[in-house]
Amino acid sequence: MTVAINTKKMTLVQAVTDGLRTMLEEDERVLLLGEDVGVNGGVFRATDGLCEAFGEERVIDTPLAESGIVGTSIGLAMNGFIPIVEIQFLGFIYPAFNQIMTHATRIRARTKGRFTVPMVIRAPYGAGVRAPEIHSDSAEALFTHMPGIKVVVPSNPYDAKGLLIASIEDPDPVLFLEPMKIYRAGKGEVPEGKYTVEIGKGNRLKEGEDVSIFAWGAMVKVAMDAAEKMEEKGVSCDVIDLRTLYPLDKDIIAETVQKTGRAVIVHEAPLSGGVGSDIVSLINDTSFLYMRAPIERVAGFDTPMPFFNLEDDYIPDSTRVQKAIEKAVSF
Amino acid sequence: MGKTLEQIENQFDMVQILNENGEIVNEEAMPELSDDELKELMHRMVYTRVLDQRSISLNRQGRLGFYAPTAGQEASQLASHFALDKEDWILPGYRDVPQLIWHGLPLYKAFLFSRGHFVGNQMEGVNALSPQIIIGAQITQTAGVALGLKKKGKNNVAITYTGDGGASQGDFYEGMNFAGAYKAPAIFVVQNNRFAISVPVEKQSAAKTIAQKAVAAGIHGVRVDGMDVFAVYAAVKEARDRAINGEGPTLIETMTYRYGPHTMAGDDPTRYRTEDLDNEWEKKDPIVRFRKYLESKGLWSEEEENKVVDQAKEEIKAAIKKADEAPKQKVTDLIDIMYEELPNNLREQREEYSAKESK
Repeated sequence: MTVAINTKKMTLVQAVTDGLRTMLEEDERVLLLGEDVGVNGGVFRATDGLCEAFGEERVIDTPLAESGIVGTSIGLAMNGFIPIVEIQFLGFIYPAFNQIMTHATRIRARTKGRFTVPMVIRAPYGAGVRAPEIHSDSAEALFTHMPGIKVVVPSNPYDAKGLLIASIEDPDPVLFLEPMKIYRAGKGEVPEGKYTVEIGKGNRLKEGEDVSIFAWGAMVKVAMDAAEKMEEKGVSCDVIDLRTLYPLDKDIIAETVQKTGRAVIVHEAPLSGGVGSDIVSLINDTSFLYMRAPIERVAGFDTPMPFFNLEDDYIPDSTRVQKAIEKAVSF
Repeated sequence: MGKTLEQIENQFDMVQILNENGEIVNEEAMPELSDDELKELMHRMVYTRVLDQRSISLNRQGRLGFYAPTAGQEASQLASHFALDKEDWILPGYRDVPQLIWHGLPLYKAFLFSRGHFVGNQMEGVNALSPQIIIGAQITQTAGVALGLKKKGKNNVAITYTGDGGASQGDFYEGMNFAGAYKAPAIFVVQNNRFAISVPVEKQSAAKTIAQKAVAAGIHGVRVDGMDVFAVYAAVKEARDRAINGEGPTLIETMTYRYGPHTMAGDDPTRYRTEDLDNEWEKKDPIVRFRKYLESKGLWSEEEENKVVDQAKEEIKAAIKKADEAPKQKVTDLIDIMYEELPNNLREQREEYSAKESK
């Protein structure tokens, strides 16, 4: 039996808002906290209309202090609430790093589950919107290295809402990264009401035989573009949107590279110590003898994200990804 | 401008009720405590002093690990705790194990905490978090716990403890500021024992008092004699009443001193404190002056004190024995409690360790 589900066309950021609204309605323990999330509806309008709908007791404008926002939310979480924190830009999370690294991620183990931190930290991340310094960082690998938290990155409206609801329902802390470059880059069908997309599962966006391409967030569009261009040249690409960066979907990674024998990983974060390195390791662990070419990584450079004048040169583009695919298939 | 600052600072003169000779010098501020309560508080202070002495020697024998001595701070720690309710939340600093014990933490768990055994952090039934290791981080969390209490309509407070060094952390200000903005029922206690390990309080800040930092956050601040049980108790009691009445948080600075080293891990206070200063503060001892007061009221005797000492020694012995019997920690036990549901990477690592552990 199939159930008819109404869907609505919306942008990624609207899907985030819809997910937040759904969970504020669903569970009275859910609170939103952050800078400008109340009356202003967030600088990207991700919380637009929510304060009006649910009141200041649940959609809370906080003082401008990231460590304080996360620390206070940890306190609320330990006291039975489900705080959803907005860090205005991922690059603003560094003052709260201590709270996340030394507490949010450790309280469950420290107290053997007596206290848990079912908190979601939402943060717009990545470059491409001509923002000032530190507004465009892709710092996901700092958090995939932290035991005790999960790191989730949607690349389209449907996943944004489904993964956000899964993150809110997850009993452990989740860092939910929203690719701001594609916040409003087109609309997609999003079901009304509550549904989830499972954390820890990648998604095959395109079926192919010759090379596997891994991407997440705003890089998914870049990877898809490169894959389509390469198809015209007769190279068939299997494109995987990883969607969760911790825990990584080892099964889908192994399955695709065992089919293609080649892999190209695309991320906009700096190359060294990036999540790409973990994917390479997993391919090595699971599929060493299947590989027909060295794995290519197309990434940002090992510099800070430059002033936005240079951001187009810094972020991987379709051309760089195509070159990497060519290199892999011609090895 | 200079005058304005001076005017602010002068509001934070130290409040004292019981002087060094055990005399009440501020009758008006004297809190109401029954004879039984007075004796119970003395019992706890004497017991805790014995626990401190025993812990230090157990540490020297290699039978305890991490330990931060508490002698000198009993009034700050225990009289502040005495003003709390069992359902109040404590977010302690690393030296604040005594408050946890009197809040219900079994002694053997305190010893396991000292030994780095993770059962020492598992405090079922005690409304408290584990002792804080990252200085100041608990202060913002206190604002959150307190806000949660307010949202739930509970008549309880969240209290946190830090030291003079902790008051230099950004989280100290952020926590007070958040709690103030939300009128959350929080109490921030700074036990100013004058030294953050070796750095004197004068080097922590140009502020003449730590209590005056409350002004910037728009909350109540008070500075009390931290060697005086009554001043400490009264300040916390009043702060608690105000918090529960929805009047917001309070910062309390208790002027105190730790007689011992920072911790038992090789700190040598003679490198940064003079014998004269030690002597000056030992004259202010919180137990000595409380004893004088109680004896003058006919509420305490040497015999009673000896009874407490003997009881403490017995219980410590039994608790050490129980701590010795605690099951050995295993890596797989730690892996099991990392997430509600284990991610695949940890499941694999668990298998690897479990093979090793079963050998």
